Amino acid sequence: MRKYDHVIFELSNPHRRAYEIPKNDIEEVSLDSFLPKNTLRKEAPELPQVSQVDLMRHYTNLSNKNYGVDTGFYPLGSCTMKYNPKINEDMARLPYFSKSHPMQDVDTVQGNLQLMDELDQMLSEITGMDKMTLQPIAGSHGEMTGLMLMKAYHQDNGEDHRTKIIVPDSSHGTNPASATMAGFDIVEIESRENGEVDLDALKEALGDDIAGLMLTNPNTLGLFETQITEISALVHEAGGLLYYDGANMNAIMGKTRPGDMGFDIIHLNLHKTFSTPHGGGGPGSGPVGVKERLIKYLPVPFVKKEETGYRLDYDYPKSIGKVSNYYGNFGIYLRAYTYILSMGRDGLKKASEVAVLNANYILSSLKSHYKIAVDRHCMHECVFAGLRKEIAEMPVVNIAKRLLDYGHHPPTVYFPLIVHEAIMIEPTETESKEMLDEFIEAMKAIAEEAKTDPETVKGAPYTMPVKKLDEVGAARNPIVRWSPKES
Amino acid sequence: MYPYIANTPKDEKEMLKRIGVESIDELFADIPKDLRLNRELDLKTAMTEAEVTRHMNELGKKNCTNEYVSFVGGGVYDRHIPSVVDHVISRSEFYTAYTPYQPEISQGTLQVIFEYQSLITNLTGLDVSNASLYDGASALAEAAFLAVDKTRNKEIIVPDNIHPNTMRVVETYLRFKNIDLVVIPTSEKGTFKKTALEEKISKNTAGVIVQNPNFYGLVEDEIEEIVKLTHENKALLIMSVDPITLGVLKSPGEYGADIAVGDGQSLGNGLNYGGPYLGFMAATNKLIRKMPGRIAGQTVDKDGKRGFVLTLQTREQHIRRGKATSNICTNQALNALAASVYLVALGKKGIQEVANQSAQKAHYLYQQILEKTDFKPVFDHPFFMEFAIQSDRSATDVKSELLKEGFLGGIELEQCNAKFKNGLLVAVTEKRTKEEMDQFVQVLEGLK
Repeated sequence: MRKYDHVIFELSNPHRRAYEIPKNDIEEVSLDSFLPKNTLRKEAPELPQVSQVDLMRHYTNLSNKNYGVDTGFYPLGSCTMKYNPKINEDMARLPYFSKSHPMQDVDTVQGNLQLMDELDQMLSEITGMDKMTLQPIAGSHGEMTGLMLMKAYHQDNGEDHRTKIIVPDSSHGTNPASATMAGFDIVEIESRENGEVDLDALKEALGDDIAGLMLTNPNTLGLFETQITEISALVHEAGGLLYYDGANMNAIMGKTRPGDMGFDIIHLNLHKTFSTPHGGGGPGSGPVGVKERLIKYLPVPFVKKEETGYRLDYDYPKSIGKVSNYYGNFGIYLRAYTYILSMGRDGLKKASEVAVLNANYILSSLKSHYKIAVDRHCMHECVFAGLRKEIAEMPVVNIAKRLLDYGHHPPTVYFPLIVHEAIMIEPTETESKEMLDEFIEAMKAIAEEAKTDPETVKGAPYTMPVKKLDEVGAARNPIVRWSPKES
Repeated sequence: MYPYIANTPKDEKEMLKRIGVESIDELFADIPKDLRLNRELDLKTAMTEAEVTRHMNELGKKNCTNEYVSFVGGGVYDRHIPSVVDHVISRSEFYTAYTPYQPEISQGTLQVIFEYQSLITNLTGLDVSNASLYDGASALAEAAFLAVDKTRNKEIIVPDNIHPNTMRVVETYLRFKNIDLVVIPTSEKGTFKKTALEEKISKNTAGVIVQNPNFYGLVEDEIEEIVKLTHENKALLIMSVDPITLGVLKSPGEYGADIAVGDGQSLGNGLNYGGPYLGFMAATNKLIRKMPGRIAGQTVDKDGKRGFVLTLQTREQHIRRGKATSNICTNQALNALAASVYLVALGKKGIQEVANQSAQKAHYLYQQILEKTDFKPVFDHPFFMEFAIQSDRSATDVKSELLKEGFLGGIELEQCNAKFKNGLLVAVTEKRTKEEMDQFVQVLEGLK
């Protein structure tokens, strides 16, 4: 393949165009005949000018330096990199939906509103909640929204003194960050070694100042929180609410429901559990579900079904307001809704079963070479604590980089924080046994290399478009935009 | 059979054997018995691709959208989108990839972000950009947080002529962080009222927001003075802008703004009933270490070859947890890619043309309406490509008459602010033709 190392600006030639808009069919006047001169730009913004061929080749060449689920195995723990069905993309591009404007009259978008209403009901059923808002745009946006609901609830009940959120030290970084966004202080409690909540630590932390507890279940070690009923009782007795981080929902669809476990507020990641693509970092969607007593605080508008059709209802005086400009990432709902229809109740359950099977298969297959973080069956992901001592000592970052040379995307490393040298593997249900075997063999081969030829592992990767990159230098002297002199 | 699940019953059996259990159910044994769902979910059973497609088309037909000619704006515009945009974002190496945390295998995405940042900084005239935020509204709220963080003050001043939805989002974000949002009235002309700012601004002010063009489509003409006043009070000036208009309008950088934000829908992203779009944020160099969200930086590999990484990550939640500059993790990367492709497809000349044509056509329509119909302007002030008109008839009426003739008429201003009785906000983009506009005028004429 041709080596390609251009930044788009380097291709620019003032005589080229990639696209032209139709000629103006009305007579033009001078802009400053209707706009004051001092509001106009002196010179047009410096945008590259390239031919359409240059443009397509540029981005195609860049895409060749990327790796997606369609390229190969992507076992990033906590990210649920399952296959993104192609019909989802087609349905999201149907012009009936894609050409509708968010400020159109509701009479002209009844299909959109019906879809949102039905998706709310489907997600509520899957999670055991009473109502969802689809408005949050990503998982962490959902967390922030959920915590705002929690605050609104306590304030409405005259409990303004509940200003703190309990977060286990095994939690995702977004949990405490979202609590800060919602104006809470954070109480971090230590987890037990298996990542489960330490009930004594929880009891000690609970009190009049606690608004609630944020939990992921299965937890970030991929283990089901077996004491969830006790935790729920403790938090509720202390007047707090229980928040569910839905990052790991892919383990339990059709098997158990957060609503039945006692959670009051949850968020989902449609871009994890419900197969919508990650897009290289977004867009996602983070719907938030609540129990009955919290419905009135949800963001407006609500989709309401009435005899004359669907409408948007803004009349919720206790609503926290709005968290995004319109109704959230509607284009993502289309994909998730398509996925739920395609899988059905049977397929969703099967997906969770196979996700758990696949993770346990990897767990069993790699324990000869890698140290298991907690020796018990896992749910949808498994966590190792580096190589087994008798095999070799090698930082997991090097193992991850070496895996690139074997053609796989590395798993998540160094998370959860409570596991030393963590390797977190989430295969998802869409991977075949053959693919898992290939990955397992690669992981074992690297373990052997770490013993016999550690320098090779430490120097990896060798087969990528670039070798190990200087990240420290990048942060010390940030070059964050193209300019002719830096190139 | 499920097309997205590969394992066969034979595979399952072999796998269970290696794990050392008899059945998949045993793997779920940790779930307490009383919490297990002992029934099927109340959903339909699986549907094939053909069945789902039929269902979705039927549902879609309940919308009546694609045959209408749109004059609706309010921050979301129906523009020409070059074919290349969808072709690039449909490459699954881009859209099925995760956040580029492993740089060696994500050089495509990382370079895209770097180029996106470069395009946005050139457009806004500022020094640094992040990799995108959720939408224009959350970007404005995050900009307010940035100002608060930088100045250590807790008060943001905003005029009441920003997009009303955006105002609600900003109100929500700020209220929960106990930051005061001081809303100042706009002038008779619908523009930012400098004297109102003079009254409210003080040493306690963290930031001042200006939207240009404002929600009513008007071009603010006192921004220099507002920037000066803001900086005299050691506060930051936050400009919320429509990126297309920057093809011809003075950039936030030229005005001396500290932060520019906006919604990038206009840049090659479809309407999609409100999302996904992207929020963009650019700022001056001195704010880089306080910016929210991801930033890509250029570096070298160990052979000295140019490469790209996510940089300054100690600002972010996965490192800093509760002390991060924001909680944002997933952003709108693919929409930022669409915006990049759009800006490159247009180029320096193209963006000028799109901005210019939109403004020219809007003024043509405006003149025609004033000459031929009973509609009067709501504001007496220069506008860009969106303008407000009113008549004796309610805007609801006017819109339903327009709808009958195949037009989406605009936004009812009265729903946003009761004082604009019968007001209709009409948007015109480069996509509208003379014929469409003349027909639009004819419908309004017929209302006499």
